[in-house]
Amino acid sequence: MTDLKAPGSPGTEVPRADHEFTVKQRSQTQLILRRFLRHRAAMISLVVFLLILLWAFLGPHLWHYSYQKYTPDNSQPPSAKHPFGTNAAGYDAYAQVMRGTQTSLKIALLTALGSTLLGAVWGAIAGFYRGVVDAVMMRVTDLVLTLPLFAIALVISSRTGGDWYWIAIVIAGLTWAYVSRVVRSTVLSLREKEFVEAARALGASDARIIFRHLLPNTLGPIIVNATVLVATAILTETALSFLGFGVQPPDTSLGLLVSQAQTAVDTRPWLFYIPGAFIIAIALTINFIGDGLRDAFDPRQQRVRQ
Amino acid sequence: MSAPARTAATALPPLPGHGGTGEPVLQVRDLVKHFPVMSRGVVRRRVGDVHAVCGVSFDLFANETLGLVGESGSGKTTTARTVLGLEQATSGQVRYGGQELTELSRRRMRPLRRELQIVFQDPYASLDPRITVHEIVAEPLRIHGRYGPGARDEVRELLRLVGLNPEHGNRFAHEFSGGQRQRIGIARALALHPKVIVLDEPVSALDVSIQAGVLNLLMDLQSELGLSFLFVAHDLSVMRHVAGRVAVMYLGRLVEISPARELFARPAHPYTQALVSAIPLPDPRKERARKRITVHGDVPSPVDPPSGCRFRTRCPKFAHGLTDPERTACVEQTPELIDRGSGNPVACHYAETVRLL
Amino acid sequence: MTTTSSEGVRAGAATDAVLEVDGLGVEFPTEDGIVRAVRGVGYRLGPGDSLGIVGESGSGKSVTATAVMGLLPATAKVRGSVRFEGTELLGLSDARLSDIRGKGIAMIFQDPMTSLNPVYTVGYQIAETLQRHHPDMKTREARVRAVDLLGTVGIPGPERRVDSYPHELSGGMRQRVVIAIAMANDPDVIIADEPTTALDVTVQAQILDALETARAETGAALVLITHDLGVVAGHTDRVAVMYAGRIVETGSVEDIFYAPRMPYTLGLLGSLPRLDREEERLTPISGSPPSLLNLPPGCPFAPRCPMRRDVCDRDEPPLRPAGRDGHLSACHFAEDLVGTGAEQVFDAVGADSEALARFADATSTGNREEDSV
Repeated sequence: MTDLKAPGSPGTEVPRADHEFTVKQRSQTQLILRRFLRHRAAMISLVVFLLILLWAFLGPHLWHYSYQKYTPDNSQPPSAKHPFGTNAAGYDAYAQVMRGTQTSLKIALLTALGSTLLGAVWGAIAGFYRGVVDAVMMRVTDLVLTLPLFAIALVISSRTGGDWYWIAIVIAGLTWAYVSRVVRSTVLSLREKEFVEAARALGASDARIIFRHLLPNTLGPIIVNATVLVATAILTETALSFLGFGVQPPDTSLGLLVSQAQTAVDTRPWLFYIPGAFIIAIALTINFIGDGLRDAFDPRQQRVRQ
Repeated sequence: MSAPARTAATALPPLPGHGGTGEPVLQVRDLVKHFPVMSRGVVRRRVGDVHAVCGVSFDLFANETLGLVGESGSGKTTTARTVLGLEQATSGQVRYGGQELTELSRRRMRPLRRELQIVFQDPYASLDPRITVHEIVAEPLRIHGRYGPGARDEVRELLRLVGLNPEHGNRFAHEFSGGQRQRIGIARALALHPKVIVLDEPVSALDVSIQAGVLNLLMDLQSELGLSFLFVAHDLSVMRHVAGRVAVMYLGRLVEISPARELFARPAHPYTQALVSAIPLPDPRKERARKRITVHGDVPSPVDPPSGCRFRTRCPKFAHGLTDPERTACVEQTPELIDRGSGNPVACHYAETVRLL
Repeated sequence: MTTTSSEGVRAGAATDAVLEVDGLGVEFPTEDGIVRAVRGVGYRLGPGDSLGIVGESGSGKSVTATAVMGLLPATAKVRGSVRFEGTELLGLSDARLSDIRGKGIAMIFQDPMTSLNPVYTVGYQIAETLQRHHPDMKTREARVRAVDLLGTVGIPGPERRVDSYPHELSGGMRQRVVIAIAMANDPDVIIADEPTTALDVTVQAQILDALETARAETGAALVLITHDLGVVAGHTDRVAVMYAGRIVETGSVEDIFYAPRMPYTLGLLGSLPRLDREEERLTPISGSPPSLLNLPPGCPFAPRCPMRRDVCDRDEPPLRPAGRDGHLSACHFAEDLVGTGAEQVFDAVGADSEALARFADATSTGNREEDSV
C-alpha cells in the first residue's frame, strides 16, 4: 500500500469510522469525571468541602482577630463583631474555629497522604512478588491491624507533645495497613494481565513494572481509600484531642475546641456546637465525596438511563 | 553477533528430517515445563504436576515462520512463553545466538530481550490502559536506554509502519479498535529491531475482516525485515496462510512437523488428520462432499496424561483400525517424532498419509 | 420471490412459516444516546428450514436472536413483529412466552453455563424441562427419556452422566447437554447463537454433528448464528449476512459463497485464509464497522467500501433482488459485482511500503553498528 489509507478510499474518512464498537468510547478519565459530576451528593459535598478548606486556610489572614489574641469581650454570644461568640478567656471563637479547622484538616490530609504512599508501595510490592515476601509483609500489616489504634495513638502522642505533624504521623503509621491490603489485592489480579507480561518480555525491571504499570492502574481504589482515610483521621484526631492527647494549647484543633467547651455546653452552647458542626460537616462531605468516587471508578456502575 | 565467552554454548546440529533451510536462529531441545498442582488447605503440598510441555524440540530458521498449532491444553502457548524465558523451563535447552537461555539470569537475559520479542493474543489486556500509545511503543526504547533525541520520530515511524496514524500517539489504547490495538502491540515488539518474534495467537481475538489486514502486515514485515516468527495459533487456516513449516502439538507433545503445504495436503498423524477434517471450509460444495476423520471425546487432563501415545484415547485408528498387539504398542511405547516413510517426522507408530482436501 | 411488504427474507418456499420476523428493530438507551443495534431485520422460516446468520461482532446478529426469544433487558425498545406459527410474540406476557420457549422455540447459547443450573444434575434439568411441558409425565419416565436424549447427542455412558453436575463435564459435554435440553420437547425452531465459538475445532465438529442429529430427530427449523462462514457453509441452506444492525445480503449458501452481490460479503470472503487453497494474499476490508450510535445517513458500509459513490453517502440501499430467485442484496451497485472476485475490488494492504523500507534500512545499519562495537 502506498499511502496510509484511513478507512475507505481517500477522502471518505468519516468520524468514528475507526471504532469497532457500537458505543462511542471516551477516555477513562473523562468517563470517571463525568460519572462523578453526575453524582449530586458528591458534587455538593465537594463544593462544601472546598469552601471549608479555603475558609480555614485563607480566612485567618483576612480576619481581624488572631486565634491567640485576647479580646476585651469574654463569654459573648455570637454577634456581628464575633460571629461565633467568644469564650471565657475572651478569645474570638471564629478565629479559633478557623485555626482549629485548619489544624484538623492539615492532620487529616497529611495522614491520608502518608498512609496512602506507604500502604500503596507496601501493598504493591507484596502483591507483585507474592510468595515469601508477600507472606512476611502481609503478616506485618496483620500485626499493625491488630494493634488497638487508639491506645497506641494515646501512648505515642502523649510522648511526642502536641505538634500537629506528629499526630498525623502516628495516625498514618497505624492506618496504612488498610491501604496496603486493598492495593495488594488489586495488584495480585493486575500482575496476571498481559501488559505486565509484555513489560517483562521487554526486559523491564521490577521497579519499573511496579511504579510505571501496576501502581497507576490501582489509582481508583487508592483514591477512594484516601478519602476514607481523611474522614478517619479527622475523627481520630478529634477524639485524641478531646482526651487531651492530641493538639496542645496554645495551638488548637476542632477536637480540642470541643473538649475545652464541654463544661460550657449549657451556658455557652455556641462554643461547643459550632466546632462540633464543623467536624460533622467535614466527615460527612468527605464520605460523600468518597461514595461519588467509588461509584465513578466502579466499572459495574454502567447505568442505563431509563 | 558474537556471544560473550562465558556462556558460549555451541550451536546444536539441526534436527534431522525436520525441514527448514539456512541457519537455525533458535533451537529448542527436549523442552519440559511442568506446573505444580497444590493441595488445598493450610499446608499446601504438591500433589501432582500439569504436564504442559513434554520434550518438545524444534529449530527456528532465519527468515521463516514456524507455526505451532494445537487445541487448548496442547501446551503451545506455554512452549512459546518458556522459550522466551517468561516461564522457567523445568528442563531442556533453548539456544539462541550461541547462548543457553534457560541458564541465563534475568540481568544477562536483558540484552537478548532486544532480539527476542513477543506479540500477545489479547489486544485489550496486553496494552497498559494508563499510558498513551506513544509511551507504549516507546517503552522498549526507554527500558533499553535508547530513548534519545530522535526517539519521538522513531515512534512515529513505527506507528506509520504498522499502518496507524502517527498523529494518534497521544491517544490511549482503549480509543482504538481491536485490530488497531494489535498493530500497536506489533509496533512495540518491533521497536528494538528484533530478530525473532513470538506471535501468541495474534489474530484470534479479531474479526475476520480485521484479521486479514494484520496477517498481511505480519507477512510483509517478515519478508522485508528477514524476521523469524514462531507463530502460535489454533486456527489451521491462518496457519496454512502464514507458516512455512507447521508443528502440531497435542497434550504437551509434538505429534507432527512438516512444511505447511504437505501437512495440509497429506497429514500423517491421526490427530492432524482429525484436526484438518474438523475445520469447516467456507465453500458449501466442498464442505458437504468432504471425507472426514472424526474423533470422539475431549482432550484428557494434562495432570494425568495417557501412557504411551497420548492421543490413543481419542484416536480413530486405535479404536477401529488396529489389532490388539498393535494397540499394546500404543499403550506402552511413546511414539518418537521420526520420519516413518511419509518424508516428515510423525509421532505415531502407524502413521499413514491421507488426502483430505 | 418478488417483494414482501417489508425487507423480508424468505427461507425456503414454504407457504406457512413457523417463524416470521418482520421489520424487527432494537434500540438500547445508553449514557451517550440511543444505540440502534438492530434496524429492520426480517426473515421467514418454513418447517425444517435452516438459516445461517453471519456477521462480525457488533453486527446485531445475537441481539436479533435474543429479541426473538423475548430475552432482552427491559430497557431495550423493540419494534416490528415476531410471529411463531401465527402468534405474535412481541408484547406477549412472560408466562405465555415461557410456554413457547422450550416447547416451540429452543435456544442454544454460546456459553452452556448460561442455560445450565450449577446446583442440579443434568438429568434433573432435562427431566424438569420435560415435565414443565408434560405435567403428567412420571419422574421415572422423564429420567429414562433424559438418558435417551443424552445418548442421542453423543454423550458416552449416558446412564452415568445423567447424574453428573454441569461442573463435572467438559465444555463440549455441557453444550451437548444444552442441545439435549433444547430437543427435549420437540421444538419447531432451534435458535443456536454461536454454539461452538468457545470450543476447540475437534469438539466443534462433534457439537455440529449433535446439532444435526437434534434437527433430524425433531424436524425443527434452525437459525444458526455465527461469525464463522465455514460453519454456515456446511450446515444451513440459506444465509443472511448482517452488517451494522441490518441484513445486507441473503440468499442460498451457493448464492452467498459463489456469487456474492454485496461488497461486504465479498470482502469477508476475501479476508478469509483458506485451508483448501493457496492464496497469495488476503484482501482485508479497511477500517472498522461503524458505531451504531448516531449512525450517519447512507449505506453503513460506504466508509469501508472501495466501490463507494456519492449516492452511497446519501441513501441507504434497501434489500432488493439481485441475481437468482431469493437472492437479495442491499447495495446500489449489486449488478456491478457479477463475476467479480474480492481481489478485483479490495486492496491487499499490508505494511506501509515506504515506512517498511526505511525501517529495514535502520535495522541493517543498527546491526552493523552493533557488530562493529
